Amino acid sequence: MSTVNPPVAFTQDELGWVSWIDPLPEAELTERHFNGLVDRARAKSEYFRLLVRDPEVLEARTKTDKDIFYNVADGLPRAERELAAAATSRYNGCIYCASVHARFASTYSKRRDDVQRLLDEGVKADLGERWNAVVKASVALAATPIAFGPDNIEELRRAGLDDAEIVDVINGASFFNWANRLMLSLGEPSK
Amino acid sequence: MATQDIIDTLAGIAPGSALDAIRARRLQARENAQKSYLSLFEPIDAGDFSLVERAAVAALVTGLHGESPVASFYREKLAANADGARLIAAIDAEIARGMTSGPYGSYPAGPLSVENTAGLIYRVSAASKPALGARLAAAFEQAHLLVFRPRDAADADMKALLAAGWSTTGIVTFSQLVAFLSFQVRVVSGLRTLAAASA
Repeated sequence: MSTVNPPVAFTQDELGWVSWIDPLPEAELTERHFNGLVDRARAKSEYFRLLVRDPEVLEARTKTDKDIFYNVADGLPRAERELAAAATSRYNGCIYCASVHARFASTYSKRRDDVQRLLDEGVKADLGERWNAVVKASVALAATPIAFGPDNIEELRRAGLDDAEIVDVINGASFFNWANRLMLSLGEPSK
Repeated sequence: MATQDIIDTLAGIAPGSALDAIRARRLQARENAQKSYLSLFEPIDAGDFSLVERAAVAALVTGLHGESPVASFYREKLAANADGARLIAAIDAEIARGMTSGPYGSYPAGPLSVENTAGLIYRVSAASKPALGARLAAAFEQAHLLVFRPRDAADADMKALLAAGWSTTGIVTFSQLVAFLSFQVRVVSGLRTLAAASA
């Protein structure tokens, strides 16, 4: 196994990820596995070659993920879906997931400094009414027991989100409660 | 026969309702959240993680989130399993012992250490171990960690599961199941809250 150099702070830098248990070797992948990977290029990723041990679950998970984040024909702008993912990851403590989705949030919003403040100061950082509402809703959904309530809906509406956009927040934030737990528990990030 | 969409059912979304139309705009996500559920609970091959184990872990995980239609659904699913009904009492006892508030846990030593938050390090009770067995006892401890303190996860937790008889593939599916339920319970809660706020 390669030497792991775990990051000790939230960052927008690109990180690697090292599995704690054995991914499938690339040479053992069959068509069933490639269907599970959805994108063949993901065979290069240790994370996806680990998850592909259950290809049916991985395929369904991947397609759920892609539609929630990449289907921008309507609904919430991509930047704010990524903000929900980054805020959820910051709150749950997933340094790897936060790095990826903070970068995406910066790319799509052009508000890199605000995104960095979310990482540095945490989910209480003041990012303006609309982003605050998205972050607060994501955090309330991530809490266990779930703390999301009518006040969150009211704040999102006041910030200008319609119900379809609010569903995008709910989907994006909820999905990262899935992603964070896999990334955090099956391996670790490395600089 | 097509199974009814589980998130719609649990969230009380009726065909033709406003939320039904909104969910239809993310059709691939809706269909694949459903396929995720089916591939976890009606898998092609349950050799590495049995159906009764899946139902037991699901009842624990959703129960730890508090009373909800989702928790009731998975509790009933376990009760309907021929080998599952005998586990209900132990699982109810473990849910009561394991209930707390999250997320908490520790970060790698460094600037984030100031955010470290102490909380319950759950272990299965001696009283429940005989009913659950070694595999489920190890799985319950890992499931509790995943629900409440995922940032505490460590290499050693994988070794504990392997030592308790879990295969690497079984660990992957188990982790997906707990993580998927963490998603599903939140989507259902969020959609129910939105529906109530729009009524």
